[in-house]
Amino acid sequence: MTIFRSHVLICGGTGCTSSGAAEVIGSFKQELARRKLDGEVLVVPTGCHGMCEMGPIVVVYPEGTFYCKVTANDVPEIVEEHIYKGRPVQRLMYEGSGDMPALPHYKDIPFYGKQHRIALANCGYINPENIDEYIARGGYEALGKAITSMTPAQVIDEVKTSGLRGRGGGGFPTGLKWSFCAAAGGEKKYVICNADEGDPGAFMDRSILEGDPHSVIEGMMLGAYAMGADEGYIYCRAEYPLAIERLKQAITAAEGYGLLGDSIMNSSFSFHLHIKEGAGAFVCGEETALMGSIEGRRGMPRPRPPFPANSGLWGYPTNINNVETWANVPQIISNGGEWYASMGTEKSKGTKVFALTGKVKHTGLVEVPMGITLREIVFDIGGGILNDKKFKAVQIGGPSGGCLTEEHLDTPVSYESLTALGAIMGSGGLVVMDEDNCMVDVAKFFLEFTQKESCGKCVPCREGTKHMLLLLEKITEGKGTMEDLDTLEELAHMVRDMSLCGLGQTAPNPVLTTLRYFREEYIAHIRDKRCPAGACTALLRYTILQDVCKKCGICAKNCPVHCIPGDRNSGYRIETDKCIRCGTCFEKCPFGAIEKK
Amino acid sequence: MAFSVEEIREKTRKITEPWRERNGGLIPILQAVQAQLGYLPQEALETISRELKIPPSEIYGVATFYAQFHLKPRGRHVVRVCRGTACHVRGSLKILEKVKNLIGVGENETTEDLRFTIEPVACLGACGLAPVMMVDTQTFGRLVPDMVKGILDKFE
Repeated sequence: MTIFRSHVLICGGTGCTSSGAAEVIGSFKQELARRKLDGEVLVVPTGCHGMCEMGPIVVVYPEGTFYCKVTANDVPEIVEEHIYKGRPVQRLMYEGSGDMPALPHYKDIPFYGKQHRIALANCGYINPENIDEYIARGGYEALGKAITSMTPAQVIDEVKTSGLRGRGGGGFPTGLKWSFCAAAGGEKKYVICNADEGDPGAFMDRSILEGDPHSVIEGMMLGAYAMGADEGYIYCRAEYPLAIERLKQAITAAEGYGLLGDSIMNSSFSFHLHIKEGAGAFVCGEETALMGSIEGRRGMPRPRPPFPANSGLWGYPTNINNVETWANVPQIISNGGEWYASMGTEKSKGTKVFALTGKVKHTGLVEVPMGITLREIVFDIGGGILNDKKFKAVQIGGPSGGCLTEEHLDTPVSYESLTALGAIMGSGGLVVMDEDNCMVDVAKFFLEFTQKESCGKCVPCREGTKHMLLLLEKITEGKGTMEDLDTLEELAHMVRDMSLCGLGQTAPNPVLTTLRYFREEYIAHIRDKRCPAGACTALLRYTILQDVCKKCGICAKNCPVHCIPGDRNSGYRIETDKCIRCGTCFEKCPFGAIEKK
Repeated sequence: MAFSVEEIREKTRKITEPWRERNGGLIPILQAVQAQLGYLPQEALETISRELKIPPSEIYGVATFYAQFHLKPRGRHVVRVCRGTACHVRGSLKILEKVKNLIGVGENETTEDLRFTIEPVACLGACGLAPVMMVDTQTFGRLVPDMVKGILDKFE
């Protein structure tokens, strides 16, 4: 094996790739070859580092210097200064403050300071396309330990001890779920990995699959060993082509090493793994719908019981967990359930990955211990609100979740605490909103999504979400009445209580929480015909502030419907009845002379 | 990329062949047919029905259930504007409007010259770069409406 004196790790995740990481990788290889350093320095494309906003991210080891927003043009300087002369390039480091103007290491950067990475442990550190790097970080050790020194029941006990709960949203105790499937009779059993990450605003599963696919495979194998399954499926969204590609490679590599297939590690345990590409249906994240889709049918949920643990894929006992849940398993088996249970709160153990997005300074993936407060996540890790605007709400748990306000920011995050507030942990999407976001619009947005994705099988969800959406549209257009609010609430409770599956049962959450915490915004739309955040187009009015206006005429020139008459002497005004409220004048005015209200 | 009825049937038969004795083939078959033909023509669905002995109604049911499948030809370039939450709060609706304006067709429609199809998607999973759109396999992030034209011009 060649020894390299230095490693250049470049993020090859989706975020950094679309910011130009591929060019940076190419440039590094070229520059190192040109200086004949390619025998000493190895370029490693890695998975996601989480801080997508600052991408492309480059980390140079052994020093572990962290560079952000690197472009191909910066590469010659990094090679010349850092790698050749040993002088790290300050200007590309993360910008600090005060005594520390540049922060060269992960641990100093606030974004990483409070994180504790278990599911994301390898993401950003290893080349996901190289199984040897996974093994070098302790990969497949847990599998070896389980097969050679643990009974299946002991594996389940260890997972039970860890307190791990389903990370896909439900939060059902994983060990308990496994014990049901283990207890089910029959020769044939399946394990499935739910990688149909459909929640808008969540991308942790994608990053794990792209950055560390073997951890998911190993987790599934441990589960299969514990429950007596010999075949598994990974059901992955087709929108994640890179994840599917990496999984295929990982499976082939594991098969090549005899880690997947028949008689693994010379034991009697055999396991075969397949990938199924989803075809674009949000409801397929529901486990019975997902199995229907694997079987080649319309992905529609069915009533439970029977539960998949007894009658799942093609009628055989089946266990489904999501990507993040599986990825935690190898470390639980390696380090013991007690170790995992030492983190988190009484009922929510371990860590959770959140996708921090929206109006926050540092968007990206963060993995934090359960029990951390929302304030720590949004302000300490996320760096606060973009452009220093005012925090308004954080939407947690995707379309099934709820909107929480300032007063909830100090709540410790756990499955129970969030449910009590009307939100859910969900898959861990955290969308931060500022004063410019209208909460009625946000509720409408989510309902549009769930309404579109409702499979149509049960009436409460199919019809209920449609009528809730119609009411919300009416309100955002300024045509709502106070009675509509009561109808909306009644419908929301009905849909929540009577729908067949999780999609319908949770679809009203965004409406219910916004009604609970932001009722005055609904009332403003109805009574005052006004959108306080200035987001609902139909209620907007654009006017020219005559004292600020410099009569340049840019607004009139850009108006697509020519509704700004006037000339450079007498000034301009907007004809409100013709205005389509596109906001072009507002954006184009160089003097901020147009008011949006 | 137009195929004759015979070609469609022949290609579909080849794709269906390995699945005749196995379960769960319908979705992978539809995916493979669409990958080769660009969409799912009626003749292809009829062929699958005959080969797998599944009623056409069931195949049509599956093909229309999933967002990924298309029963009409699509443009050479598919513009996917992300309408996820993170993109929404950072202004993706304006990006979508701009795309529709420039291309001149609505959501899930294709231009007559088959150059573009517009397809809003629920989430592309690149929320850190919101708002985001994809043209074919390339992702473009941190968009403002004025950037859209330059991007579309790159795709003929």
